[in-house]
Amino acid sequence: MPEKEQKTKIENPEISMIPHIQVASSPHFLNPSLTTKKMMMDVLIALVPVIGMAIYFFRLYAVKQILICLASCLLAEAIFMKMRKKSFSLFDCSAAITGLILGLSLPGPAPWYVGVIGSFVAMGIGKIIFGGIGMNLFNPAMVGRAFVMISFAGVMAASGYVDSTSMVDAVSMATPLNAFKQSGISTAIFDLFMGFTNGSPGEVSAIACILGGLYLCLRRTVSWEIPVSLLGTVIIIGSFFDFLSPQEGWTLFHHLFGGALLFGAFFIATDPVTSPLTPLGKIVFGVGTGALIMLLRIFSGYPEGVMFAVLLMNGVTPLINRWVPHRTLGAQHYRS
Amino acid sequence: MGLIFKGFKGKGTFPRGIHPQEQKHFSADSAIEVLPAPENVLLPLLQNIGAPCESIVKPKQNVCYGEVVAESKALISASIHAPISGRVMKESVTTLPNARHVPAIPIKAEGKQLEGTDLWDDIFGGEWPKKFNGEFTPKDINKMIDDAGIVGLGGAAFPTYVKITFNRKKPVDTLLINGCECEPYLTPDYRVMLEAPEPVITGAVLAGIATGAKDIIICIEKNKPAAIDLIRKKAEGTNIKVAVLKTKYPQGSERHLIMAVLKKIVPLGSLPADVGTVVSNVGTIAAVARAVLKKKPLTHRVVTVTGGGIKNPKNLLIPIGVSYGELIEYCGGLTSNAARVLSGGPMMGFAFTDFNMPITKGTGGITLLTHEDMEKAKETNCIRCGKCVDVCPMHLIPAKLAQAAKYKNVELAEKYDILACMDSGCCGYICPAKIPLVQLIRMGKAMVQAKRKNRME
Repeated sequence: MPEKEQKTKIENPEISMIPHIQVASSPHFLNPSLTTKKMMMDVLIALVPVIGMAIYFFRLYAVKQILICLASCLLAEAIFMKMRKKSFSLFDCSAAITGLILGLSLPGPAPWYVGVIGSFVAMGIGKIIFGGIGMNLFNPAMVGRAFVMISFAGVMAASGYVDSTSMVDAVSMATPLNAFKQSGISTAIFDLFMGFTNGSPGEVSAIACILGGLYLCLRRTVSWEIPVSLLGTVIIIGSFFDFLSPQEGWTLFHHLFGGALLFGAFFIATDPVTSPLTPLGKIVFGVGTGALIMLLRIFSGYPEGVMFAVLLMNGVTPLINRWVPHRTLGAQHYRS
Repeated sequence: MGLIFKGFKGKGTFPRGIHPQEQKHFSADSAIEVLPAPENVLLPLLQNIGAPCESIVKPKQNVCYGEVVAESKALISASIHAPISGRVMKESVTTLPNARHVPAIPIKAEGKQLEGTDLWDDIFGGEWPKKFNGEFTPKDINKMIDDAGIVGLGGAAFPTYVKITFNRKKPVDTLLINGCECEPYLTPDYRVMLEAPEPVITGAVLAGIATGAKDIIICIEKNKPAAIDLIRKKAEGTNIKVAVLKTKYPQGSERHLIMAVLKKIVPLGSLPADVGTVVSNVGTIAAVARAVLKKKPLTHRVVTVTGGGIKNPKNLLIPIGVSYGELIEYCGGLTSNAARVLSGGPMMGFAFTDFNMPITKGTGGITLLTHEDMEKAKETNCIRCGKCVDVCPMHLIPAKLAQAAKYKNVELAEKYDILACMDSGCCGYICPAKIPLVQLIRMGKAMVQAKRKNRME
């Protein structure tokens, strides 16, 4: 390059003394305020109220699970990336998010090795095996959770959430759905909304999930299409069943504020990597996830279906990307 | 927006697109200066979209200011005129910033030149009537635009006489005068609207006569209130309307302007004329007024020299064919942290290093970016967030197109309309993973075009 520049016959010394002038093709102007890392940091910020409520209600149970999963995920990512001879990637914060979400979705009393195994499976089989960030087909945290849920069915079942000897209120009571199924006790909506119930530390407080989710949507870090269509579908199906059997005691609001629905809608289903690309695709994804959640909740033996619903929809995301019609501006037809 | 945008069918904006930093403050408030007449100019024989011209002058021949030096018989072409009086030198070759290698005619200044306020008066001064009672027929105006060698000064450099014409088969109902200037940094159109609003109004009226358009609308983005007020005032007594549009990139693109103002969608592969619309830039339309009323060709234009990399950003009235280096020198030279020199703005401009290259008719400005502007985050994997889809003004799926190009999947690229990409740069701007989407898509377009060419042969 220096040779070439000397050839330019510029008399003005100020111009010819320029250290180097770069050449590249347009655009020459990139958005400095938007990077993958900053998007991930936004998710971490949005998780703050959720983590806060989890620690408030579950005390050391939550702190333990979150720290175990966070540390194991970071460690797992570092080890696996090293094994694959890839560059150090912890600074993009995506492993930290997986760790936090996994930690927030495990039962508080679950033993330490559950979190560790879940984290290593999440990072290894859920993410690195596909090629690291951006390449995975399934939400890593949910892969890890599904693995431990099947491997340690006892600790992960509804009874696993309860430690009746515990000093912490939340952990000593039955989970809302179990209380309802076993003894017909319907939890108060307000308790569900605030989070005075037992469950996974991250999902109990509806208000914290809504706060964090709104922040993500307003910052456009996640696409609003997914939570809106997902929750919309749940509301429609939920009110339909409310209408069919009004006396059941498990109302639409129990569906909305109970279980992992809001946490899943805002933090898990919105994972950009494992959700579709186009706005219409995202709506299809949200509707599909919402419908599967209600299907699993109402008809299956599993207490709550958010995890399996998200994993199933992750699996069909490539098909959604391929099949959902898309129309270029000015094109005559939709094409898919 | 709805309140301000009354009286038009469109919404005053279009779906998707981006809001880059405007960066117009460098040059927006500096009045247009007339560049002192240069000693040499170099006139490339291809300054427009379409066919190149052929030289009709011989070396050592003397030419006067405004004399034709090159022309073409092709339909889509624009003749080239001498911007200074002087002697023609031996024909040479030059490479333009868009990497076209073309023959060029050098002219060495000789004798007295039109300079300073005289030049300004010659170009923008004088009387500009707003009403005509049949002095000019559409055919006359069209012929005069052709003779003056006018091309679109907004950047595309499409020969204007091809657009501003009376077409029986495709009657034009609306003429849009594009004063949006959505590209960051650049301000030549804004300054022309502020300092020479009369020729813009007159040119619009004349172009209206030439095309037979019933509605003439001057479109300006909301971030230029001074220009909006002045053009509104000057347009009183004519049938010209002023549309105030949302500040958004790429608002100044023909398709998006038509959508924002008229709510019409130009089909892929069609031109605005197919939906009864002609779009022309404000600078172009001022040149039309001059060509018709003063019978003067397009020899000068307003350019902006701007950015953090230049000592004194300016708007300049310059003869076409003057070198980039001369303008940079006139504006005080580069600052020590200048990193990239662009012909045009940062979204769609071309970077170059050879300062001897001449300014052509379509050059709207020189943007000099600094090392700070260029600080680049590291490219990471695509996280499939879909932000590129949310901003693509052509409603494409850039991530998919870039992937198809990367893996040389020409069928997939073609299926997803890769050729509809207009190089706006929105996807590359927004991408959080900093993937060179535009560059990859360009590569994909080249592959699709090569394949189509092979198929035809």
